[in-house]
Amino acid sequence: MSKTYEYVPEPALIKGNHDFKSITALVTDINLRPTPKLWYVAFGISNILLLVLLISIAYLIWEGIGIWGLNQPVGWGWAIINFVWWVGIGHAGTLISAILFLFRQNWRTAINRFAEAMTIFAVMCAGIFPAIHVGRIWVIYWVFPLPNQMAMWPNFNSPLLWDVFAVSTYFTVSFLFWYVGLVPDLATIRDRIKSKVGKLVYGGFALGWRGSNRHWWNYEKSYMILAGLATPLVLSVHTIVSFDFAVSIIPGWHTTIFPPYFVAGAVFSGFAMVLTLMIICRKIYGLEDIMTVDHIEKMNIIILVTGSMVGFAYIMEFFIAWYSGVEYEKAIFILRAIGPYAWAYWIMITCNVISPQLFWSKKLRRSVGFTFFISIVVNIGMWFERFVITVTSLSQDFLPSSWGYYSPTFWDIVTYIGTFGLFFTFFLLFLRFLPMVAVAELKGVMPQADPHNYDEVTGEYKEPVVKIPEPRKDSV
Amino acid sequence: MDSQMRTSTSEKSLYGVLAEFRNPKELIDAAKIVNKNGYRKFDTFSPFPIHGMDKAMSLQKSKLGWIVISHGLLGFAGAVAMIYWMMVVDYPLNISGKTLMNVPAWIPVIFELTILLSAFGAVFGMFFLNGLPKLNHPLFNSENFKKATDDGFFVCIESEDPQFESEKVQKLLESAGATNIEEIYDA
Repeated sequence: MSKTYEYVPEPALIKGNHDFKSITALVTDINLRPTPKLWYVAFGISNILLLVLLISIAYLIWEGIGIWGLNQPVGWGWAIINFVWWVGIGHAGTLISAILFLFRQNWRTAINRFAEAMTIFAVMCAGIFPAIHVGRIWVIYWVFPLPNQMAMWPNFNSPLLWDVFAVSTYFTVSFLFWYVGLVPDLATIRDRIKSKVGKLVYGGFALGWRGSNRHWWNYEKSYMILAGLATPLVLSVHTIVSFDFAVSIIPGWHTTIFPPYFVAGAVFSGFAMVLTLMIICRKIYGLEDIMTVDHIEKMNIIILVTGSMVGFAYIMEFFIAWYSGVEYEKAIFILRAIGPYAWAYWIMITCNVISPQLFWSKKLRRSVGFTFFISIVVNIGMWFERFVITVTSLSQDFLPSSWGYYSPTFWDIVTYIGTFGLFFTFFLLFLRFLPMVAVAELKGVMPQADPHNYDEVTGEYKEPVVKIPEPRKDSV
Repeated sequence: MDSQMRTSTSEKSLYGVLAEFRNPKELIDAAKIVNKNGYRKFDTFSPFPIHGMDKAMSLQKSKLGWIVISHGLLGFAGAVAMIYWMMVVDYPLNISGKTLMNVPAWIPVIFELTILLSAFGAVFGMFFLNGLPKLNHPLFNSENFKKATDDGFFVCIESEDPQFESEKVQKLLESAGATNIEEIYDA
């Protein structure tokens, strides 16, 4: 059988005719220009929402967690749902910065800074919920192994304590990873900014970085090791979050599929959130040359893969419930689909299982508008997934006499909305003051950065030529 | 002796000679030439790490790995010791008759603390090896050197090198294809 095929070159990572200087300018000029008016508007709205969060936290501390819709039998509601949702969103940032780095996916350089910032702010939003959920927030330090008035230590056998360690380690390591990546770019801004205060501040945070290759040598090693550390870390974090549920004996929670299923769901929702933010920012800040449609397509493929994994996990949960032969397990899964929370279940299925399958179409996954729409749908779906897991299992467990229906209160809702204020306040500050693309890394993956792409004699840049192997006719 | 004389005669002492090159390839070639001519106290500067520069400059393998693994082991051992002491020795809690040495349940916290300490080692160890933070450096006196974080590629041969002679060094860098050469002084 004869078959003709042609060589499909890898699309260029950066579109347009850019050199090192224009890339520096494209990204860091955003920080050096005067603040755009629209930024103030967005920042103002975010600040109002942040105020809403602070007020609802203050009222919660004053009045107690009775202001939320929690009661018997549903003792975990929106707060835990929001915690899992936000921390899950954070996972995409680490996946992009660490796992894609280890797999040498050079396209990550366009979005990793951005996604890592999202991670840090999402984990901050997440961390608030369990902290304020404890009721007596003034003794929150009891979760850490610190000497206290009871002369007791935290229980290291408890998944909730594992979670404290997992999330705080995750936040710290993500922050350090982000900062290490930022140092060379802060030095770039230090060398370009005109104002005295700016020079001082950026210079301070750049730590005296001067691009020495003796430094880069250790730096690259450090970056590689951090990526290697962050990879098992990010997998462990959502695994441990899922242990909060899986280690209990509640029907619907006590399953071994939870760790991989939670991690896949986390990456799924995180990529959607990165896309939502990226599609807005590349437009407003004119970064279409760096964050190209090819990037969007690659991310959509990851959404398709992880979305299918999540869909598979839903099917598997149902199968195992039937296969286990446990009455309560069987009952809870049937109740999820046709019980009082069936509306939430079917929203979840529609958003998480059906909507990503549309990305099998190349046309749709390269459509910016459609991607934006799906990215929001996916995050709604993932919120409902956590709602279904948390609430249905608690509201209808072993004894029908103690079943109950859970509804959120006004304060549940405003606290959740308020966390968007926190998230966007920090995110807007990030967009304003820090380079939103990793400039040094991006330059490193340009063809001009490779010494082999220069002429031996004249030293002038020449486009790399890809040698296309002849197809072996005898074996085809 | 020579450098001491210079400091006593003039206010500013010579830090080194800085030469600019056009692109990554020429920087690598220049680094090879400088290295081959026996200079040891020199450095190259670029806005991003350049592939093959370690060989061109004969850089030793980074010691960072050892720092990280020692921190990782410290985190691991510290976590085991802490949990053992708290759960078994200092305040044993009988939780539904389960064994006090409930090691499988300790794995998550031990793992997280191992990662945390390793990451501290990787980040602070890297800054330590690089001698950062450093609030000032003679190279920052050069206006041209600002390009090093944008699109400039530089070689600097330091006056501390035993072979250092300003004129000779400048000639060498010029023959290596430098586009701009200047002397850098401690201010």
